[in-house]
Amino acid sequence: MKIGVLALQGDVAEHIASLGDCGVSASGVRSRQEIESVDALVIPGGESTTIAKLAKAFGVFDLIKSRIASGMPTYGSCAGMILIADQILDGGFDQESFGGLDAQVRRNAFGRQGDSFETDLTFAGIGGAPFRAVFIRAPWVESVGAGVEVLASFNGHPVAIRQGHLLATAFHPELTGDNRIHRFFVDQLCKESSKAGI
Amino acid sequence: MTKENAAQTGTSRVKRGMAEMLKGGVIMDVVNAEQARIAEDAGAVAVMALERVPADIRAQGGVARMSDPEMITEIQKSVSIPVMAKARIGHFVEAQILQSLGVDYIDESEVLTPADYTHHIDKWNFTIPFVCGATNLGEALRRINEGAAMIRSKGEAGTGDVSNATTHMRSISDEIRRLSSMREDELYVAAKELQAPYDLVKEVATTGKLPVVLFTAGGIATPADAAMMMQLGADGVFVGSGIFKSGDPARRAAAIVKSVTFFDDAKVLAEQSKGLGEAMVGINVADIPAPHRLAERGW
Repeated sequence: MKIGVLALQGDVAEHIASLGDCGVSASGVRSRQEIESVDALVIPGGESTTIAKLAKAFGVFDLIKSRIASGMPTYGSCAGMILIADQILDGGFDQESFGGLDAQVRRNAFGRQGDSFETDLTFAGIGGAPFRAVFIRAPWVESVGAGVEVLASFNGHPVAIRQGHLLATAFHPELTGDNRIHRFFVDQLCKESSKAGI
Repeated sequence: MTKENAAQTGTSRVKRGMAEMLKGGVIMDVVNAEQARIAEDAGAVAVMALERVPADIRAQGGVARMSDPEMITEIQKSVSIPVMAKARIGHFVEAQILQSLGVDYIDESEVLTPADYTHHIDKWNFTIPFVCGATNLGEALRRINEGAAMIRSKGEAGTGDVSNATTHMRSISDEIRRLSSMREDELYVAAKELQAPYDLVKEVATTGKLPVVLFTAGGIATPADAAMMMQLGADGVFVGSGIFKSGDPARRAAAIVKSVTFFDDAKVLAEQSKGLGEAMVGINVADIPAPHRLAERGW
Protein backbone atom coordinates (compact mmCIF):
# COMPACT_ATOMS: atom_id res chain seq x y z
CA MET A 1 0.00 0.00 0.00
CA LYS A 2 1.61 3.23 -1.22
CA ILE A 3 0.14 6.48 0.09
CA GLY A 4 0.88 9.80 -1.60
CA VAL A 5 0.31 13.32 -0.29
CA LEU A 6 -0.66 15.71 -3.07
CA ALA A 7 2.29 18.11 -3.14
CA LEU A 8 1.12 21.02 -5.28
CA GLN A 9 0.78 23.45 -2.36
CA GLY A 10 0.00 23.34 1.36
CA ASP A 11 1.14 21.55 4.51
CA VAL A 12 2.42 18.44 2.76
CA ALA A 13 5.29 17.71 5.17
CA GLU A 14 2.97 17.63 8.20
CA HIS A 15 0.77 14.96 6.57
CA ILE A 16 3.81 12.90 5.59
CA ALA A 17 5.03 13.12 9.21
CA SER A 18 1.61 12.12 10.62
CA LEU A 19 1.44 9.11 8.29
CA GLY A 20 5.03 8.30 9.27
CA ASP A 21 3.93 8.19 12.92
CA CYS A 22 1.38 5.56 11.85
CA GLY A 23 4.20 3.47 10.39
CA VAL A 24 3.38 4.38 6.78
CA SER A 25 6.11 5.82 4.62
CA ALA A 26 4.26 8.32 2.44
CA SER A 27 5.72 10.65 -0.14
CA GLY A 28 4.73 13.88 -1.85
CA VAL A 29 3.25 13.42 -5.33
CA ARG A 30 3.01 16.13 -8.02
CA SER A 31 3.44 14.61 -11.45
CA ARG A 32 1.07 12.38 -13.43
CA GLN A 33 3.45 9.46 -13.04
CA GLU A 34 3.74 9.90 -9.27
CA ILE A 35 -0.03 10.21 -8.84
CA GLU A 36 -0.63 7.10 -10.97
CA SER A 37 1.80 5.13 -8.83
CA VAL A 38 0.02 5.52 -5.47
CA ASP A 39 -2.76 3.37 -3.99
CA ALA A 40 -4.19 6.09 -1.76
CA LEU A 41 -4.03 9.88 -1.62
CA VAL A 42 -4.07 12.58 1.05
CA ILE A 43 -5.00 16.09 -0.08
CA PRO A 44 -3.46 18.48 2.46
CA GLY A 45 -4.51 21.78 3.92
CA GLY A 46 -3.62 24.77 1.82
CA GLU A 47 -5.38 27.17 -0.50
CA SER A 48 -8.00 25.16 -2.40
CA THR A 49 -8.17 27.59 -5.34
CA THR A 50 -4.38 27.40 -5.78
CA ILE A 51 -4.27 23.60 -5.59
CA ALA A 52 -7.09 23.26 -8.14
CA LYS A 53 -5.40 25.72 -10.53
CA LEU A 54 -2.04 23.95 -10.28
CA ALA A 55 -3.70 20.56 -10.83
CA LYS A 56 -5.26 21.91 -14.02
CA ALA A 57 -2.12 23.68 -15.21
CA PHE A 58 -0.03 20.53 -14.86
CA GLY A 59 -2.66 18.24 -16.39
CA VAL A 60 -3.40 16.08 -13.31
CA PHE A 61 -6.85 17.41 -12.43
CA ASP A 62 -8.81 14.85 -14.47
CA LEU A 63 -6.47 12.06 -13.42
CA ILE A 64 -7.11 12.73 -9.72
CA LYS A 65 -10.83 13.09 -10.39
CA SER A 66 -11.05 9.75 -12.18
CA ARG A 67 -8.87 7.92 -9.65
CA ILE A 68 -11.10 9.14 -6.82
CA ALA A 69 -14.19 8.13 -8.80
CA SER A 70 -12.78 4.67 -9.38
CA GLY A 71 -12.28 3.96 -5.68
CA MET A 72 -8.82 5.22 -4.63
CA PRO A 73 -8.94 5.80 -0.84
CA THR A 74 -8.61 9.56 -0.37
CA TYR A 75 -8.46 11.78 2.70
CA GLY A 76 -8.80 15.56 2.45
CA SER A 77 -8.18 17.99 5.32
CA CYS A 78 -9.58 21.54 5.06
CA ALA A 79 -8.70 22.55 1.47
CA GLY A 80 -8.66 18.81 0.77
CA MET A 81 -12.24 18.49 2.06
CA ILE A 82 -13.32 21.28 -0.30
CA LEU A 83 -11.55 19.62 -3.21
CA ILE A 84 -13.16 16.18 -2.81
CA ALA A 85 -16.69 17.49 -2.26
CA ASP A 86 -19.11 17.29 -5.16
CA GLN A 87 -20.27 20.84 -4.55
CA ILE A 88 -18.45 23.94 -3.26
CA LEU A 89 -20.36 26.89 -1.83
CA ASP A 90 -18.61 30.31 -1.67
CA GLY A 91 -15.81 29.02 -3.88
CA GLY A 92 -13.44 31.23 -5.81
CA PHE A 93 -14.53 32.36 -9.27
CA ASP A 94 -15.16 29.27 -11.43
CA GLN A 95 -13.70 27.00 -8.75
CA GLU A 96 -14.04 23.30 -9.53
CA SER A 97 -13.45 20.29 -7.32
CA PHE A 98 -12.23 16.74 -7.93
CA GLY A 99 -15.51 15.64 -6.34
CA GLY A 100 -16.49 12.15 -5.27
CA LEU A 101 -17.95 12.95 -1.88
CA ASP A 102 -21.71 13.44 -2.04
CA ALA A 103 -21.71 16.64 0.01
CA GLN A 104 -21.97 20.39 -0.18
CA VAL A 105 -19.04 22.10 1.53
CA ARG A 106 -19.03 25.82 2.33
CA ARG A 107 -15.58 27.34 1.93
CA ASN A 108 -14.26 29.65 4.72
CA ALA A 109 -17.58 28.99 6.49
CA PHE A 110 -16.21 29.69 9.97
CA GLY A 111 -14.88 33.08 8.83
CA ARG A 112 -11.54 34.76 8.35
CA GLN A 113 -8.33 34.08 10.27
CA GLY A 114 -9.53 36.05 13.32
CA ASP A 115 -12.28 33.43 13.71
CA SER A 116 -9.91 30.48 13.35
CA PHE A 117 -9.97 28.34 16.50
CA GLU A 118 -9.12 25.10 18.19
CA THR A 119 -11.49 22.94 20.21
CA ASP A 120 -12.12 19.42 21.50
CA LEU A 121 -14.30 17.22 19.29
CA THR A 122 -15.87 13.82 19.67
CA PHE A 123 -14.91 11.83 16.60
CA ALA A 124 -16.87 8.64 15.92
CA GLY A 125 -14.65 5.72 15.07
CA ILE A 126 -11.58 6.62 17.10
CA GLY A 127 -11.25 5.62 20.71
CA GLY A 128 -9.91 7.53 23.68
CA ALA A 129 -10.01 11.19 24.62
CA PRO A 130 -11.72 13.91 22.55
CA PHE A 131 -9.74 15.02 19.50
CA ARG A 132 -8.07 18.46 19.62
CA ALA A 133 -9.15 19.98 16.31
CA VAL A 134 -7.53 23.04 14.74
CA PHE A 135 -9.80 24.98 12.36
CA ILE A 136 -8.11 27.55 10.10
CA ARG A 137 -10.34 29.66 7.85
CA ALA A 138 -12.15 26.37 7.84
CA PRO A 139 -15.02 25.08 5.74
CA TRP A 140 -18.02 23.21 7.10
CA VAL A 141 -20.34 20.68 5.56
CA GLU A 142 -23.64 22.25 4.60
CA SER A 143 -25.46 19.07 3.57
CA VAL A 144 -24.69 15.44 2.79
CA GLY A 145 -26.17 12.75 0.58
CA ALA A 146 -27.69 9.48 1.83
CA GLY A 147 -24.49 7.40 1.83
CA VAL A 148 -22.41 9.84 3.84
CA GLU A 149 -21.62 9.22 7.49
CA VAL A 150 -21.03 12.20 9.80
CA LEU A 151 -18.13 11.44 12.15
CA ALA A 152 -17.87 14.77 13.98
CA SER A 153 -19.81 18.01 14.22
CA PHE A 154 -19.23 21.42 15.69
CA ASN A 155 -22.07 23.84 16.54
CA GLY A 156 -24.45 21.74 14.51
CA HIS A 157 -22.26 21.68 11.39
CA PRO A 158 -20.68 18.42 10.26
CA VAL A 159 -16.88 18.86 10.20
CA ALA A 160 -15.73 15.29 9.55
CA ILE A 161 -17.47 12.95 7.11
CA ARG A 162 -16.90 9.62 5.42
CA GLN A 163 -18.38 7.99 2.36
CA GLY A 164 -16.88 4.58 1.64
CA HIS A 165 -13.31 5.17 0.48
CA LEU A 166 -13.43 8.93 1.08
CA LEU A 167 -12.69 10.77 4.33
CA ALA A 168 -12.76 14.53 4.88
CA THR A 169 -12.15 16.80 7.87
CA ALA A 170 -12.65 20.56 8.00
CA PHE A 171 -9.83 20.73 10.56
CA HIS A 172 -6.13 19.85 10.60
CA PRO A 173 -5.15 16.72 12.57
CA GLU A 174 -1.70 17.01 10.96
CA LEU A 175 -0.99 20.09 13.13
CA THR A 176 -1.59 18.49 16.52
CA GLY A 177 0.73 15.49 16.67
CA ASP A 178 -2.32 13.31 17.41
CA ASN A 179 -2.30 10.76 14.61
CA ARG A 180 -5.54 8.92 15.43
CA ILE A 181 -7.39 10.26 12.37
CA HIS A 182 -4.53 9.36 10.02
CA ARG A 183 -4.49 5.91 11.60
CA PHE A 184 -8.25 5.68 11.06
CA PHE A 185 -7.69 6.51 7.37
CA VAL A 186 -4.93 3.94 7.01
CA ASP A 187 -6.65 1.15 8.99
CA GLN A 188 -10.29 1.68 8.03
CA LEU A 189 -10.18 3.11 4.50
CA CYS A 190 -6.91 2.03 2.91
CA LYS A 191 -6.73 -1.50 4.28
CA GLU A 192 -10.42 -2.16 3.57
CA SER A 193 -10.01 -1.21 -0.05
CA SER A 194 -6.83 -3.24 -0.45
CA LYS A 195 -8.69 -6.27 0.98
CA ALA A 196 -11.47 -5.69 -1.53
CA GLY A 197 -8.83 -5.67 -4.21
CA ILE A 198 -9.61 -2.20 -5.54
CA MET B 1 -21.69 33.66 14.92
CA THR B 2 -22.16 31.83 18.21
CA LYS B 3 -19.42 29.51 19.28
CA GLU B 4 -19.23 26.85 21.92
CA ASN B 5 -17.31 28.02 24.97
CA ALA B 6 -14.55 25.55 24.31
CA ALA B 7 -13.48 27.20 21.02
CA GLN B 8 -10.21 29.10 21.49
CA THR B 9 -9.19 31.71 18.93
CA GLY B 10 -5.78 33.31 18.50
CA THR B 11 -3.74 30.43 19.93
CA SER B 12 -0.16 29.90 18.76
CA ARG B 13 -1.23 26.75 16.97
CA VAL B 14 -3.98 28.58 15.09
CA LYS B 15 -1.66 31.48 14.20
CA ARG B 16 1.33 29.37 13.15
CA GLY B 17 -0.98 26.85 11.49
CA MET B 18 -2.34 29.52 9.16
CA ALA B 19 1.20 30.04 7.84
CA GLU B 20 1.60 26.27 7.37
CA MET B 21 -1.33 26.38 4.95
CA LEU B 22 0.46 28.98 2.82
CA LYS B 23 3.53 26.79 2.29
CA GLY B 24 4.58 26.12 -1.27
CA GLY B 25 2.68 29.23 -2.28
CA VAL B 26 3.18 32.77 -3.52
CA ILE B 27 1.88 35.87 -1.71
CA MET B 28 1.57 38.87 -3.99
CA ASP B 29 1.59 42.62 -3.29
CA VAL B 30 -1.49 44.31 -4.75
CA VAL B 31 -2.61 47.94 -4.64
CA ASN B 32 -6.21 47.61 -5.78
CA ALA B 33 -9.09 45.17 -6.30
CA GLU B 34 -8.24 44.58 -9.95
CA GLN B 35 -4.68 43.50 -9.14
CA ALA B 36 -6.00 41.33 -6.31
CA ARG B 37 -8.24 39.47 -8.76
CA ILE B 38 -5.34 39.00 -11.18
CA ALA B 39 -3.29 37.56 -8.31
CA GLU B 40 -6.08 35.18 -7.26
CA ASP B 41 -6.62 34.05 -10.87
CA ALA B 42 -2.90 33.35 -11.18
CA GLY B 43 -3.03 31.04 -8.16
CA ALA B 44 -1.67 33.25 -5.35
CA VAL B 45 -2.25 31.73 -1.88
CA ALA B 46 -2.81 35.22 -0.42
CA VAL B 47 -2.48 38.87 -1.31
CA MET B 48 -0.75 41.69 0.56
CA ALA B 49 -2.86 44.84 0.33
CA LEU B 50 -0.83 48.04 0.28
CA GLU B 51 -1.08 51.52 -1.19
CA ARG B 52 2.22 51.60 -3.02
CA VAL B 53 4.45 48.68 -3.95
CA PRO B 54 7.98 48.95 -2.50
CA ALA B 55 9.46 50.12 -5.85
CA ASP B 56 7.14 53.14 -5.77
CA ILE B 57 7.78 53.83 -2.10
CA ARG B 58 11.47 53.85 -2.96
CA ALA B 59 11.01 56.10 -6.01
CA GLN B 60 8.60 58.56 -4.40
CA GLY B 61 10.15 58.73 -0.95
CA GLY B 62 8.33 60.28 2.00
CA VAL B 63 6.83 58.49 5.00
CA ALA B 64 5.16 55.20 4.13
CA ARG B 65 2.27 54.18 6.39
CA MET B 66 -0.52 51.64 6.77
CA SER B 67 -2.89 51.63 3.79
CA ASP B 68 -6.31 53.30 3.74
CA PRO B 69 -8.78 50.88 5.40
CA GLU B 70 -11.24 51.54 2.60
CA MET B 71 -8.80 50.14 0.07
CA ILE B 72 -8.11 47.09 2.25
CA THR B 73 -11.83 46.42 2.66
CA GLU B 74 -12.32 46.76 -1.08
CA ILE B 75 -9.66 44.11 -1.69
CA GLN B 76 -11.18 41.81 0.97
CA LYS B 77 -14.49 42.00 -0.89
CA SER B 78 -12.97 41.26 -4.27
CA VAL B 79 -11.11 38.00 -3.53
CA SER B 80 -11.79 34.79 -1.61
CA ILE B 81 -8.15 34.05 -0.67
CA PRO B 82 -6.51 35.47 2.51
CA VAL B 83 -5.74 39.19 2.60
CA MET B 84 -2.70 40.46 4.52
CA ALA B 85 -1.78 44.08 5.24
CA LYS B 86 1.24 45.96 6.53
CA ALA B 87 1.70 47.96 9.72
CA ARG B 88 4.77 50.08 10.50
CA ILE B 89 7.37 48.54 12.80
CA GLY B 90 6.29 49.29 16.36
CA HIS B 91 2.98 50.90 15.34
CA PHE B 92 0.64 48.86 17.51
CA VAL B 93 -2.34 51.10 16.79
CA GLU B 94 -2.08 50.51 13.04
CA ALA B 95 -2.04 46.81 13.95
CA GLN B 96 -5.16 47.23 16.12
CA ILE B 97 -6.91 48.88 13.18
CA LEU B 98 -5.87 46.11 10.78
CA GLN B 99 -7.12 43.51 13.26
CA SER B 100 -10.48 45.27 13.48
CA LEU B 101 -10.74 45.15 9.66
CA GLY B 102 -10.40 41.37 9.85
CA VAL B 103 -7.24 41.03 7.77
CA ASP B 104 -5.90 37.47 7.87
CA TYR B 105 -2.25 38.31 8.65
CA ILE B 106 -0.41 41.49 9.64
CA ASP B 107 3.05 42.17 8.22
CA GLU B 108 5.05 44.33 10.63
CA SER B 109 7.14 45.60 7.78
CA GLU B 110 10.40 47.44 7.24
CA VAL B 111 9.01 48.49 3.84
CA LEU B 112 6.97 51.11 5.71
CA THR B 113 8.67 53.85 7.72
CA PRO B 114 9.25 52.58 11.29
CA ALA B 115 7.09 54.16 14.00
CA ASP B 116 9.37 53.06 16.84
CA TYR B 117 13.13 52.73 16.61
CA THR B 118 13.41 50.75 19.85
CA HIS B 119 10.45 48.42 20.21
CA HIS B 120 8.59 46.15 17.84
CA ILE B 121 4.89 45.45 18.37
CA ASP B 122 4.01 43.07 21.23
CA LYS B 123 2.36 40.58 18.92
CA TRP B 124 1.10 38.26 21.67
CA ASN B 125 -1.63 40.85 22.37
CA PHE B 126 -3.35 40.17 19.06
CA THR B 127 -5.70 37.46 17.78
CA ILE B 128 -4.52 38.02 14.21
CA PRO B 129 -1.12 36.48 13.48
CA PHE B 130 1.95 38.49 12.43
CA VAL B 131 4.68 37.92 9.90
CA CYS B 132 7.96 39.81 10.42
CA GLY B 133 11.10 40.28 8.37
CA ALA B 134 14.53 39.03 9.40
CA THR B 135 18.01 39.18 7.92
CA ASN B 136 19.52 36.54 10.23
CA LEU B 137 18.57 33.90 12.79
CA GLY B 138 18.93 36.15 15.85
CA GLU B 139 16.53 38.70 14.39
CA ALA B 140 14.06 35.94 13.43
CA LEU B 141 14.11 34.51 16.97
CA ARG B 142 13.66 37.95 18.56
CA ARG B 143 10.55 38.45 16.41
CA ILE B 144 9.23 34.99 17.32
CA ASN B 145 9.85 35.81 20.98
CA GLU B 146 7.62 38.89 20.50
CA GLY B 147 4.90 36.67 19.05
CA ALA B 148 5.55 36.55 15.29
CA ALA B 149 3.87 33.41 13.86
CA MET B 150 5.72 33.50 10.54
CA ILE B 151 9.06 34.88 9.37
CA ARG B 152 10.11 36.15 5.98
CA SER B 153 13.69 36.82 5.06
CA LYS B 154 13.84 40.52 4.20
CA GLY B 155 15.89 40.78 1.05
CA GLU B 156 15.86 44.31 -0.31
CA ALA B 157 12.29 45.21 -1.25
CA GLY B 158 11.47 47.14 -4.40
CA THR B 159 14.74 46.43 -6.18
CA GLY B 160 14.19 43.37 -8.36
CA ASP B 161 17.70 42.45 -7.20
CA VAL B 162 17.58 39.03 -5.54
CA SER B 163 21.07 39.14 -4.02
CA ASN B 164 20.01 40.28 -0.54
CA ALA B 165 17.24 37.70 -0.38
CA THR B 166 19.89 35.09 -1.13
CA THR B 167 22.22 36.47 1.56
CA HIS B 168 19.47 36.47 4.19
CA MET B 169 18.19 32.98 3.36
CA ARG B 170 21.71 31.60 3.39
CA SER B 171 22.51 33.36 6.63
CA ILE B 172 19.42 32.02 8.43
CA SER B 173 19.98 28.42 7.26
CA ASP B 174 23.70 28.61 7.93
CA GLU B 175 23.12 29.73 11.52
CA ILE B 176 20.53 26.98 12.03
CA ARG B 177 23.03 24.38 10.78
CA ARG B 178 25.68 25.75 13.13
CA LEU B 179 23.34 25.49 16.13
CA SER B 180 22.44 21.91 15.22
CA SER B 181 26.08 20.91 15.28
CA MET B 182 26.86 22.44 18.70
CA ARG B 183 27.29 20.71 22.02
CA GLU B 184 24.48 21.50 24.42
CA ASP B 185 26.79 23.45 26.74
CA GLU B 186 27.75 25.74 23.86
CA LEU B 187 24.19 26.92 23.28
CA TYR B 188 24.27 29.44 26.15
CA VAL B 189 26.96 31.48 24.47
CA ALA B 190 25.31 30.95 21.09
CA ALA B 191 22.13 32.51 22.53
CA LYS B 192 24.15 35.45 23.80
CA GLU B 193 25.81 35.93 20.42
CA LEU B 194 22.55 35.63 18.52
CA GLN B 195 20.93 38.02 21.03
CA ALA B 196 18.04 35.63 21.17
CA PRO B 197 16.24 33.84 24.03
CA TYR B 198 17.97 30.64 25.12
CA ASP B 199 14.78 28.52 24.95
CA LEU B 200 14.24 29.35 21.30
CA VAL B 201 17.91 28.80 20.49
CA LYS B 202 17.75 25.37 22.14
CA GLU B 203 14.56 24.50 20.26
CA VAL B 204 16.15 25.40 16.91
CA ALA B 205 19.29 23.43 17.79
CA THR B 206 17.16 20.35 18.58
CA THR B 207 14.72 20.48 15.66
CA GLY B 208 17.09 21.91 13.05
CA LYS B 209 14.50 24.41 11.86
CA LEU B 210 12.67 27.58 12.86
CA PRO B 211 9.60 26.97 15.04
CA VAL B 212 7.52 28.90 12.46
CA VAL B 213 7.18 28.92 8.69
CA LEU B 214 9.93 30.78 6.82
CA PHE B 215 9.07 32.59 3.60
CA THR B 216 11.39 34.74 1.55
CA ALA B 217 10.89 38.26 0.19
CA GLY B 218 12.60 41.27 -1.28
CA GLY B 219 13.82 41.44 -4.87
CA ILE B 220 12.18 38.36 -6.39
CA ALA B 221 11.35 39.19 -10.01
CA THR B 222 11.48 35.97 -12.06
CA PRO B 223 10.38 32.32 -11.84
CA ALA B 224 14.06 31.39 -11.46
CA ASP B 225 14.48 33.81 -8.52
CA ALA B 226 11.49 32.24 -6.77
CA ALA B 227 12.71 28.69 -7.42
CA MET B 228 16.20 29.52 -6.15
CA MET B 229 14.74 30.75 -2.86
CA MET B 230 12.79 27.50 -2.55
CA GLN B 231 15.93 25.48 -3.23
CA LEU B 232 17.69 27.50 -0.53
CA GLY B 233 15.06 26.29 1.92
CA ALA B 234 12.23 28.85 1.85
CA ASP B 235 8.73 27.49 2.53
CA GLY B 236 7.20 29.97 0.07
CA VAL B 237 7.69 33.35 -1.53
CA PHE B 238 6.44 36.93 -1.27
CA VAL B 239 6.58 38.83 -4.54
CA GLY B 240 6.16 42.56 -4.24
CA SER B 241 6.98 44.92 -7.07
CA GLY B 242 8.20 42.04 -9.27
CA ILE B 243 4.76 41.22 -10.66
CA PHE B 244 2.85 44.44 -11.17
CA LYS B 245 5.96 46.40 -12.24
CA SER B 246 6.54 43.92 -15.06
CA GLY B 247 5.29 43.91 -18.65
CA ASP B 248 2.68 41.14 -18.32
CA PRO B 249 1.64 40.77 -14.66
CA ALA B 250 -0.98 38.02 -15.11
CA ARG B 251 1.37 35.79 -17.02
CA ARG B 252 4.38 36.41 -14.80
CA ALA B 253 2.28 35.84 -11.66
CA ALA B 254 1.06 32.46 -12.93
CA ALA B 255 4.57 31.46 -14.00
CA ILE B 256 6.00 32.26 -10.55
CA VAL B 257 3.23 30.25 -8.85
CA LYS B 258 4.02 27.18 -10.99
CA SER B 259 7.74 27.63 -10.47
CA VAL B 260 7.36 27.58 -6.69
CA THR B 261 5.55 24.21 -6.91
CA PHE B 262 8.13 22.72 -9.31
CA PHE B 263 11.09 24.61 -7.85
CA ASP B 264 13.42 21.64 -8.32
CA ASP B 265 12.45 20.74 -11.89
CA ALA B 266 14.54 22.76 -14.35
CA LYS B 267 12.43 21.65 -17.33
CA VAL B 268 9.30 23.16 -15.82
CA LEU B 269 11.26 26.27 -14.84
CA ALA B 270 12.55 26.70 -18.40
CA GLU B 271 9.00 26.38 -19.73
CA GLN B 272 7.68 28.90 -17.20
CA SER B 273 10.46 31.39 -17.94
CA LYS B 274 9.57 31.62 -21.63
CA GLY B 275 8.05 34.73 -23.19
CA LEU B 276 7.14 36.56 -20.00
CA GLY B 277 7.88 40.00 -21.47
CA GLU B 278 9.78 42.68 -19.58
CA ALA B 279 10.79 41.96 -16.01
CA MET B 280 10.76 44.95 -13.67
CA VAL B 281 13.71 47.17 -14.54
CA GLY B 282 15.05 47.10 -11.02
CA ILE B 283 17.92 48.69 -9.24
CA ASN B 284 21.13 47.13 -7.95
CA VAL B 285 21.23 46.99 -4.17
CA ALA B 286 24.88 48.08 -4.33
CA ASP B 287 23.79 51.38 -5.93
CA ILE B 288 21.46 52.20 -3.03
CA PRO B 289 23.13 54.29 -0.32
CA ALA B 290 23.09 52.42 3.00
CA PRO B 291 20.60 54.74 4.76
CA HIS B 292 18.05 54.01 2.03
CA ARG B 293 18.24 50.25 2.39
CA LEU B 294 15.03 48.92 3.89
CA ALA B 295 16.54 45.67 5.19
CA GLU B 296 18.48 47.65 7.79
CA ARG B 297 15.25 48.78 9.45
CA GLY B 298 14.34 46.56 12.40
CA TRP B 299 16.66 45.22 15.06
